[in-house]
Amino acid sequence: MTDRVPSSPKMSARGVNVSYGGTPAIQDVSIDIDMENVTAFIGPSGCGKSTFLRTLNRMNDTIPSAKVTGDITLDGEDIYSAAMDVVQLRARVGMVFQKPNPFPKSIFENVAYGPRIHGLAASRPDMEAIVERSLKRAGLWDEVKDRLSDSGTALSGGQQQRLCIARAIAVDPEVILMDEPCSALDPIATAKIEELIHELRGRYAIVVVTHNMQQAARVSQRTAFFHLGQLVEYGATDDIFTNPRQERTKDYITGRYG
Amino acid sequence: MNSARTPTDWKGTAMQARIRRRYRSERAFKLAGLAAVILSAAFLAFLLVTMAWNGAGGFTRTEVALKLDFPAMALPVTPTQLRSPAADLALSGAGLKNAVETAGEGWVSDSAWMKVRDAIKADPSMLGRSQVIWLPASPAVEAEMRGGPDAGLEVHVLQSRGLVRTGFNLDFLTASNSTDPTAAGIWGALKGSLLTMLVTFLIAFPVGVLSAIYLEEYAARNRWTDLIEVSINNLAAVPSIIFGLLGLAVFLGTFSLFGHTIGPLFPRSAAVVGGLTLALMIMPVIVIASRNAIKAVPPSIRDAAYAVGASRVQVVFHHVLPLALPGILTGTIIGMARALGETAPLLLIGMRAFIVTPPEGFTDPSTVLPVQIFLWSDEVSRGFIEKTSAAIIVLLVFLLAMNGLAIYLRNKFETRW
Repeated sequence: MTDRVPSSPKMSARGVNVSYGGTPAIQDVSIDIDMENVTAFIGPSGCGKSTFLRTLNRMNDTIPSAKVTGDITLDGEDIYSAAMDVVQLRARVGMVFQKPNPFPKSIFENVAYGPRIHGLAASRPDMEAIVERSLKRAGLWDEVKDRLSDSGTALSGGQQQRLCIARAIAVDPEVILMDEPCSALDPIATAKIEELIHELRGRYAIVVVTHNMQQAARVSQRTAFFHLGQLVEYGATDDIFTNPRQERTKDYITGRYG
Repeated sequence: MNSARTPTDWKGTAMQARIRRRYRSERAFKLAGLAAVILSAAFLAFLLVTMAWNGAGGFTRTEVALKLDFPAMALPVTPTQLRSPAADLALSGAGLKNAVETAGEGWVSDSAWMKVRDAIKADPSMLGRSQVIWLPASPAVEAEMRGGPDAGLEVHVLQSRGLVRTGFNLDFLTASNSTDPTAAGIWGALKGSLLTMLVTFLIAFPVGVLSAIYLEEYAARNRWTDLIEVSINNLAAVPSIIFGLLGLAVFLGTFSLFGHTIGPLFPRSAAVVGGLTLALMIMPVIVIASRNAIKAVPPSIRDAAYAVGASRVQVVFHHVLPLALPGILTGTIIGMARALGETAPLLLIGMRAFIVTPPEGFTDPSTVLPVQIFLWSDEVSRGFIEKTSAAIIVLLVFLLAMNGLAIYLRNKFETRW
């Protein structure tokens, strides 16, 4: 669980500002996200960590008042440029949300939806293979293989969240953004998701937003601390938690506020 | 904490009185609600029972067996004439109507001679002999059979000889309007209503739902969309007769100026014009209901679809619309039910004409069920009272069938999340 030496960054942000209807939410954030490590964003509520996460796959586009400036690149390509197709971007940069949100469709359809709209499966057996592989990677296959036609919403909360991860994996993304993926789950389901994040590490660049500092320490190799819309400190998780350079980080880690 | 407060006395008299008051007000509220339900159920039952009572007569018909002595009538028609297409004209020219009326002595209806005419055409050899034919009874006989006033027609004598019978009146469901209540039927108006509703649905549903989708999913929130929203809400409250005037001015007035190009597509009294007018009327209702249904789709579902890379159209058609469909259908039912019962705007575009043949297409002159009810309720002839109630029953059955279909569809598409 040590910090592997990052190669060239998968995604990098330079001087990113986000405002909602003129009110700034994020100021001048610059960060690199690499393939080899799980990156955790921590910080108190309202510090802008989720907002920043949503700029990475342009989910903020769905909010009319949101305005993003600065440069964000994926493999060196500017994701806010006119040449970037937002639909393709979101397939390459998948997202898992705070509250499990499976479609009110069958388990199979939940996973197959992404590959279908992107035309990733040539035939029915192809699609079945994609669904099986995705569910296996999400650690859900053994629990649902006999009831793929049941509704996705009939699963337990933890299973629903893993189904959402399988859905994100199914389109073969390069980056997976997780917005507090365990905050609606019980400790056992949380442990399963954390285990899953470990297993997915290396195959995908993973960014996890979390409120829970223990979780950040457990799952991530790199941690970014956000406060009041600013990136205060970014570095190896071990350093952030044992030897923070900034006073504010130290106060947050030791529980003075947050 | 040093509490100087005396502990609350939960068993004290004031507290007990409060509890009693609370239970009393809850009981009173429950009773008031129950009374309201009973009252509305009683009104509904009263309406249905009255309609069924009065309308039953409209579905039955009394017939009288009349012996017609054709040789004695000596109708001046030749067998050649009877085989020719002009047989109807020849028979009425030969005085068949008067002959049947004389033989009927007030027992048979005014239109009975047409039945005789059809019988002669089917079997011309009849003219050479005496023949017993069952003919529709006159309104006076009908009324007396149902215990009405005695018109001095000795109906009981006929009855004792088995010359009167009462049975289901299939003609009511297959015939169209007539000045003679015994011959008047509902089919023309029913078909007119069907065609009109079809036009209304085909225009109002897609246009209404697409407007709602655009306003909810695509349109920016600015002064223009606010204006549109206010206008739609106002339109939903505009009295229906105003829409009738609009239909008259636009579809019959303006479009007729285009002469032979599109003018003939919008004739007076036609189902297409009625349907378009009603579509304008119910569109705001469908837009409002659809927008509310679309708004009620959880944003998390949209997020989920966007996050796997669905485009806006895919999000709308794969996720939002299926989830909003039950609500959209509910709004559509309400709108269509309102359109089906609407009379005033259709009077203005000429759908109150006296039309004896059922419409063949959307541009044929036709009437609709509520207008037919209105017209019959205005008639002086006694037989039309029953016809009016019977037509109301047909209208209510139509309405129930339409709503039943919509509820079936809604339950079919209902998904829980």
